[in-house]
Amino acid sequence: MAVPTDRKYTKTHEWVLVDGDVATIGITDYAQNELGDITYVELPGVGDDLGQSDSFGIVESVKAASDIYMPVAGEVTEANGDTEDAPELLNSSPYQDAWLIRVKLSDAAQLDALMDADTYEKYLEEEGGH
Amino acid sequence: MTEPKRTPLAERHEELGARMIDFSGWYMPVQYTGIVDEHNAVRNAAGLFDLGHMGQVDVDGPDALAYLQYMTTNDVSKLAPGDAQYSMLLYPNGGVVDDIIVYRRPTGPGYFVVINAANIDKDVSWLLEHAEARDDLDVSVKHVSDDYGMIAIQGPHAEAIVEELSSVDLADMSAFSCRDTTVAGVASLAARTGYTGEDGWEFYCPIDDTLALWNALLEAGEPHGLQPIGLGARDTLRLEARMPLYGNEISDTINPLEAGLRWVVKLKKGDFIGRDALAAAREVGISRRTVGFKLVERGGVPRSHYDVLVDGKSVGFVTSGTASPTLGENIGIAVIDKEYAGVGRPLEIAIRNRNVKAEQIKLPFYSRN
Repeated sequence: MAVPTDRKYTKTHEWVLVDGDVATIGITDYAQNELGDITYVELPGVGDDLGQSDSFGIVESVKAASDIYMPVAGEVTEANGDTEDAPELLNSSPYQDAWLIRVKLSDAAQLDALMDADTYEKYLEEEGGH
Repeated sequence: MTEPKRTPLAERHEELGARMIDFSGWYMPVQYTGIVDEHNAVRNAAGLFDLGHMGQVDVDGPDALAYLQYMTTNDVSKLAPGDAQYSMLLYPNGGVVDDIIVYRRPTGPGYFVVINAANIDKDVSWLLEHAEARDDLDVSVKHVSDDYGMIAIQGPHAEAIVEELSSVDLADMSAFSCRDTTVAGVASLAARTGYTGEDGWEFYCPIDDTLALWNALLEAGEPHGLQPIGLGARDTLRLEARMPLYGNEISDTINPLEAGLRWVVKLKKGDFIGRDALAAAREVGISRRTVGFKLVERGGVPRSHYDVLVDGKSVGFVTSGTASPTLGENIGIAVIDKEYAGVGRPLEIAIRNRNVKAEQIKLPFYSRN
C-alpha cells in the first residue's frame, strides 16, 4: 500500500492529516501489518488534552499489545468508535476508514518535525531492513 | 548472542513469505499470511508446520522400559509397538522438567522421545544424568535431534493429503499411534499426534530429506486448501484445544496436578521421579486449580502472567490467553486458588490499569467432535 502524500508521519508509525486547526490521527499500513490481526482498540475520551508523544490509546492484536502515541499535542474532539467496534478495520483501511481520533491542534509548529511521505518511506526501508 | 539455529526449511519459509523470529534459539516462521487466516485454515482445511526445532531422544537397551518408567509420569508398560503416549519428566519436588511424547517404535526395539525446543539441553542432561546414576539399568540414551526433521500436517483434510503420498495406509491409524512409512519417497515415522486439536500427523524423517517431504506435502495439499502455518497460529490452536505449553500451563513451579493433568500421572505404576511429592500433595490436597475463562466485557486480550482477582483480591494468574479466532471471544487459562474455581463463577483479569470482568468456562475451549 502506497504511503499517502497528504499527511505526516512519526517514527512510531502514526500518521496525522491536518485540515485547518483539526488534526486527524491514525496508524500506518506498516504498523497494522507488523501487529497482524487487530482485535482490540482503546481510544481516549472527547475533551482529553494530550501532549505530543503522549500515549493516547492501545492497539492490540492476537500477537501483542501496542501503545499509540500523539504525533502532535491537542484536545480530542472526536474518537472513531467504529474502530473500537470493529478493530479489524485497522487492518483493512488504516489510512481511511480506521482513522482513530481528531484533535484540535494546540501548536501547529510541531508538525514541522514530523516526516513527510518520502522521508517516512525511506525510514521504513532502513527500519524494516527488507 | 549466538545466531539462532536454522532448520532445513528456513530458506523455504523465507521464499513462502514468512515473517521469521528467534524462538528459543531457533530461526522460525511466526506467520505467513496472518495468524487468524492460518488458524482458520487448520480448523477448516489443513495446515503444514515445520517443527524442526523440537528435540528427539532415542532410548534403547534391555532396561529401556524400566528406565522410562522411572523417568516419566505416565505408564510406559501400556505401550505396544507403534503406540504413543503424552507424558512428563518431573523434578523430585513434583515441578515439571518438560512435557514429552514417548513413542514405542513400531518395529525394532526401543523408544523415541520427543521434547520441547526450549528444553532440549536441560532435558538431554537430565536424561543422561539419570541414565548414568541408575547403573543398575542397562539403557542407552542418545540425543538425536540433529538426525531428524519434523513436519506436522493437521486439519480435517490432512487424511486425504497423506493418503495420496503414503506408501502404506495411514487412515486406519488410531490417535496416539505411530507407523513406519514412506511419504513421497521419504522414509518417515508417521505419528497420529499433534498440537492443534485437529486430526493429523507428525512426521519424523531423515534430516536431509526434510525439504523434499515439506515440498511434496505442500504441493499435494494445495488443492485441499493446505497452507503453511507459523508458530503464532500454532499457539492459538493449541490454546483453544487446551493443550499445555511448557513454561505457561506447566513449569518447575506448576505441577501436573495443579495444571489439571492428573490423567498423565500414574501414581500406582511404581516409583518415578516426582512421585512421592505428588502423592504427598494429593494427600494434603491441591490448593490451586487450572481453569478456563472468557472475558465478558471489553478491555483487551488476556495474556500470560496477568493477575487474576476476585473481589479485588489476587487469587492467581493467567498462564495463557488470546483472542480466540474460533470462538470470537477473548479467552484464557489461569491457575487460581481452588476455592474460587468453578464453571460459571466470576473472575477479574488485570489488563493494564483495569480489572476486566471474566467468567469461568469449560475446558477445552474447542474440541472437534
